[in-house]
Amino acid sequence: MRKFVGRHGRGVLGLAIAGLAVLAALGAPWLAAHDPVQSDFAAGLKPPGTPGHPLGTDQLGRDLLARVLYGTRVALFIGLCCVLLTAVVGGLLGLLAGYFEGWGGTVLMRVVDVQLSFPFILLALTINAIVGLGLRNIIVSLSAAGWVVYARVVRGEVLSVKQRDFVHAAQALGLGRARLLFRHVLPNVAPSIIIVASLQFAQFIVAEAAISFLGFGVQPPTPAWGSMLSESRDYLYVAWWLAAFPGAALALTALGINLVGDWLRDVLDPKFRV
Amino acid sequence: MRAYLLSRLGQTILVVFLSLTAVFFLVRLGGDPVLLFLPMDIQAKDLNEFRERLGFNDPLAVQYGRFVGRALHGDFGESLRYKQDALGLVLERLPATLWLAVAALLLTFCVAVPVGVLSAVRRGSLWDFLGMGGAVLGQAVPGFWLGLMMIYLFSVRLGWLPTGGTGGPLHFVMPCVVLASFYAARMARLTRSSVLDTLNEEFVLTARAKGLAERVVIAKHALKNSAIPIVTLAGLDTGQLLGGAVITETIFAWPGIGRLTVQALLNRDFPVVLAAVFIFSVTYTLINFVVDLLYGWLDPRTRAGARA
Repeated sequence: MRKFVGRHGRGVLGLAIAGLAVLAALGAPWLAAHDPVQSDFAAGLKPPGTPGHPLGTDQLGRDLLARVLYGTRVALFIGLCCVLLTAVVGGLLGLLAGYFEGWGGTVLMRVVDVQLSFPFILLALTINAIVGLGLRNIIVSLSAAGWVVYARVVRGEVLSVKQRDFVHAAQALGLGRARLLFRHVLPNVAPSIIIVASLQFAQFIVAEAAISFLGFGVQPPTPAWGSMLSESRDYLYVAWWLAAFPGAALALTALGINLVGDWLRDVLDPKFRV
Repeated sequence: MRAYLLSRLGQTILVVFLSLTAVFFLVRLGGDPVLLFLPMDIQAKDLNEFRERLGFNDPLAVQYGRFVGRALHGDFGESLRYKQDALGLVLERLPATLWLAVAALLLTFCVAVPVGVLSAVRRGSLWDFLGMGGAVLGQAVPGFWLGLMMIYLFSVRLGWLPTGGTGGPLHFVMPCVVLASFYAARMARLTRSSVLDTLNEEFVLTARAKGLAERVVIAKHALKNSAIPIVTLAGLDTGQLLGGAVITETIFAWPGIGRLTVQALLNRDFPVVLAAVFIFSVTYTLINFVVDLLYGWLDPRTRAGARA
């Protein structure tokens, strides 16, 4: 029992926190007593504990609890879309580049090197500023900045997996390339993809919030944690709760997902380093 | 060594050139900056004249050729907003960012390395639990939220620290802590795992068998040999530190390139964006170069001469 707690304790804690976030996201319409974008000027800037508004209200009288709950929805949705998009695109490119070591793969890896030599958040921010604001564009921008990690990791793994005996055996049996690649090579690099995905998930959520905080990304009145924090700056002197709760929700979600990611890495591949 | 330096230089030029090219085309695809800078009720004729004067009417290839030619001379054009040389504007702001980054990096080292080493040496102790718990928490707490909460506590409630801007040493405190928080967390965790790895090595056993004091074994034998991953991360993170500066500088109104870049992006002031990208990529590749040289010092096996 003690051993289990030592090895899996963090994973269980992470899963519990992440599970709460998922619950908040899915159950937002039932858990929140108010509409997150419905303003009520008479009830503006009420502190936490006000009857009917457990976390208080913002400058427009919108219920903060409802906004934080719906914010979970926005954050998890963006994180999930980005992770899926980058895993599929980056993973596929890495798979192909590792399997057919041609000039295409070399060029691809050069692009990856250049892109990795640029701060992730600045890259995503620049792309977002150029392609435009909004939910869809923030997903595109974050994915365009994030796919390179998969490409590099998966290519490296494929290079070593394809030297293994079972791949040679499958080749000798006359299996088609596609079948070989997806049925024999892919399952062997899947753990790495899962680890990278879980470690990137939180990074995407935090980066989205940071970009929305800077005034790009998701725009008001959509209840995204980043833009809520951005608005809260103007009211920091009078309403601390506007900054405290969305940020705490963001930090807690990131913590839960990171714990799950760390645990997955320890269980699946202790030597793995991104 | 000479061949190594030359290939390194070639790599640097390639990286800088490719990132500038990418941003140039992204910017041109992104829409018409001229429209944003002129009044709404402008006549089509004047608009066209303005475009002509700024060269936006030429074919994209011509614009690109001109851009590369000028960039080679360090000329990124004039800022559309400040009517000032774009590169000069960025360089003017560079020292503020560098000071902040250096201070944050120092703070990171001073906090993270001792915490990591102690956690590794007293593995499983309360200290290890607290240190690593703090690190996991530090990794999850976003810098901009930490910044807001610190402003609320130390500036609004207690009135001890200024909310932002530059001036005395007190202005450094909050931006520095916020910028360092994430990296210190990562570095502490890496230091711990790296020291744990080296503590199992035979030379550590030898050093102990020689009867060296535990302090000497840890500081001279274990720590120096675990330094490579730590230095690598420090090098990699310095680039990310520049990225983190974008957010930190915005929260604390710090007059560095990060804040300038955000403003330039918001205003679609593209000459400034391009000049900033140039400076960012040059700085980053230079840092990686220094990290490579540090490897040689830390681990003689990786010296360029030894390989050849």
